[in-house]
Amino acid sequence: MARGSKQDAGRGAPQAAGEGEAAAGEASASQEGGFAQPARVGIRKAYKMFVGGAFVRSESGRYTQVPEHAGVAGENRENVPRASRKDGRDAVKVAHEAWAGWAGRTAQNRGQILYRLGEMLDARRGELSGSLERGGVAAGAAQAEVDATVDRAIAYAGWTDKYQSLFASLNPVAGPHFNFTSPESLGVVVIVAPERPALLGLAGAILPVITAGNTCVVLASTADPRTAITFAEALATSDLPGGVVNILTGSVAEVLPHLARHVEVAALDLHGLEPALRKSVEEDASGSVKRVHARKLSEEGWFDAAATESPRWIERFVELKTIWHPAGQ
Amino acid sequence: MSDDSSTAKAAASGEGSARGRGTAGSGSEGGREHGAQVAVTAGGGSAVSAGSSGDPARAAALAFGDAWTYAPSVEARDHVKLASRYELFVGGRWVAPSSGRYFETLNPATEEKLAEVAEASEKDVDLAVQAARSAYERYWSKLRPLDRGKYIYRIARALQEKAREFAIVESLDGGKPIKESRDIDLPLAIAHFFYYAGWADKLAYAFPGQNPRALGVAGQIIPWNFPLLMAAWKLAPALATGNTCVLKPAETTPLTSLLLAKVIEEADLPPGVVNIVTGAGATGAALAQHQGVDKVAFTGSTEVGKRIQRQLAGTGKKLTLELGGKAANIVFEDAPLDQAVEGIIAGIFFNQGHVCCAGSRLLVEEGIHEALVRKLRDRMATMRVGDPLDKNTDVGAINSRAQLDRIEELVAAGEREGATRYTLGCPLPQRGYWFAPTFFTGVSQSHRIAREEIFGPVLSVMTFRTPDEAIEKANNTMYGLSAGVWTDKGARSFWVAQRLRAGVVWANTFNKFDPSSPFGGYKESGFGREGGRQGLLAYLEVE
Repeated sequence: MARGSKQDAGRGAPQAAGEGEAAAGEASASQEGGFAQPARVGIRKAYKMFVGGAFVRSESGRYTQVPEHAGVAGENRENVPRASRKDGRDAVKVAHEAWAGWAGRTAQNRGQILYRLGEMLDARRGELSGSLERGGVAAGAAQAEVDATVDRAIAYAGWTDKYQSLFASLNPVAGPHFNFTSPESLGVVVIVAPERPALLGLAGAILPVITAGNTCVVLASTADPRTAITFAEALATSDLPGGVVNILTGSVAEVLPHLARHVEVAALDLHGLEPALRKSVEEDASGSVKRVHARKLSEEGWFDAAATESPRWIERFVELKTIWHPAGQ
Repeated sequence: MSDDSSTAKAAASGEGSARGRGTAGSGSEGGREHGAQVAVTAGGGSAVSAGSSGDPARAAALAFGDAWTYAPSVEARDHVKLASRYELFVGGRWVAPSSGRYFETLNPATEEKLAEVAEASEKDVDLAVQAARSAYERYWSKLRPLDRGKYIYRIARALQEKAREFAIVESLDGGKPIKESRDIDLPLAIAHFFYYAGWADKLAYAFPGQNPRALGVAGQIIPWNFPLLMAAWKLAPALATGNTCVLKPAETTPLTSLLLAKVIEEADLPPGVVNIVTGAGATGAALAQHQGVDKVAFTGSTEVGKRIQRQLAGTGKKLTLELGGKAANIVFEDAPLDQAVEGIIAGIFFNQGHVCCAGSRLLVEEGIHEALVRKLRDRMATMRVGDPLDKNTDVGAINSRAQLDRIEELVAAGEREGATRYTLGCPLPQRGYWFAPTFFTGVSQSHRIAREEIFGPVLSVMTFRTPDEAIEKANNTMYGLSAGVWTDKGARSFWVAQRLRAGVVWANTFNKFDPSSPFGGYKESGFGREGGRQGLLAYLEVE
């Protein structure tokens, strides 16, 4: 009954044209058990993963279905790609290829691009909050989450050329040497985004990682993968080089263990994993001495700007290099 | 080390026999590398003119004859009194191990027993962790930070006063030359305590706005190559940041840690703030896995480091690892060659090559390969291998039979895989564990001697043609602890340093250490830093 009606109406901003008709159609449909023809047939978006700057389906051809609203069973479902092990490997490959270029950009240029991301997110406020609502978040909360996400992008855009001076040092060694320590990027970081908040948690995990010059492969929230893809559409238009952020959808438990064993992955940033999976993934990560950060922030915790915009979030994803040079005549 | 490498002191015939053929292991001298009849006086390197094989200029080599034979100058040890048996230091007291078991620690230069040392069981480790917890709660976390620092200053001062004794014991127990333990290990260990003592009351300034807090009890496992220095690297920052410690020294070198425990006892630190449990791998594993430990710090092999990381999976315990290395030491054509040779020697033969950051892969720009190898051989000819307590000794004893076996196995693999071996012909003592300084040329990147950490006085020499190739080869390793670059061009040295994936890069120098200078690896050389402000982070929770 009323198949697709809410879906068509709900896409984008909740007040999208045609919704009134659709809602009426839904009401009338219940009378007869018959078919209610909407005034205008909506367009359904094919949701695709974001890899190497392109929107792709899973190479496996598999999909998962996501309810229109959390808690709505059965009928109103949309198809989202279900990433395979090979999708994970492909994503690591492009992330690794993108790393030198991204890390090699000037810190200021990375800041410009993250600021551009803030602009692109701001321009998609309606779309993003609509997506969150379709994922089950109340309208007011969805808008607050989008606001916080835009702000977080702006905050990290400012960090790109500043954290270095906080982590670096000129070391007063006891001898005729010039000695200094400065941060560098790690490489490819695999991020498991928290289930909720699906947008702010995703952006809040990605931003510190790419601010520091790393590239990443992100496993999106399984509770609301559509919002991650809409976020990727903002990434795609923000001058971010392809491959710097790669977003996969599907089952975390299926793909993550392979990424944890992948030697080209330098670090794992795991948000809210259940303990058994976390343990086994950390065991796998030890095979190549990966840096592993496993955390579970509360939903409110992600909204704590002072805590989540601390340089400590960036410091987790840098290496420190110390260079010695003699000083003499 | 002095820089008179290229000054020939004397001329005699054939280098191989010049100083007497040693017992460096059968067939240890590559036949193709033997020097010929002519002795050359090389002034400032000008004597080396590269040529093809068979060319008289190439065949010419420095030979020192007996001119470099020094009379022994052995450090007196009569004032050093070792106990015949050492117990565990737990809760401020010396306690017998619950197992009742003791193991011997040997002098690797003579294979003589130095003392018996307690073997801590799981139960002993548990008692030590409990003592550390209790000391943390009752004393250490309540102490005024400046007073915490004062205790650490006391340790530093007492070590200065006992430095000679410690240096001798370090050389006796570990086999390293007395001039290194005296001039490097001890001064650096002391400096480390001094440096971190001063941080104790300044943590809020180190991490402003981040509310730094101690973690609690730190379990620390250290290796045998720099026994006291590694104890200092672990204890000093942990104590300064307000943690209490359980330290497990390596089974072949426990003595200076036990002497340090005595210093700590005499410094009147609150009981249980530092606990020393001796034993082998099982003791270390019990410590790393103990539920009451909030933080594990390990320095040692990558293999064991991975095992510890795996054991701690899912526990949320804080972990830092300082693991193995296979450092590239890159020499460009324009490098100051004599200084580079000193750096190469210091990079690979310092401490018998038992150095995780040793410059064990020498990458030489193709055009200077022959000249550099010549200079390297000449410089090696001046090296003295022997009694660690002799103040003339450059290369001491290999730390243990097991390590000697490992070195011999990898060197045999190098020969089997087709690299060309050169081993310094020098007399070696009859007893003890010895390996003469050695290098391989014609090494390819896939050879085991180019990939695996040998942890001995064995250098693998490779070549490159372009800076990009040098970087590519240098980074072609699972390790990333350290690297070196030698060039006269400032811009190039920074260009290279920026591209080397290693935690420490020495440009126109090698194997330099300082408590204010962070040390630690990229990739499979571990994570976390020791030294400097950054080294505090390993023992703090910050926001």
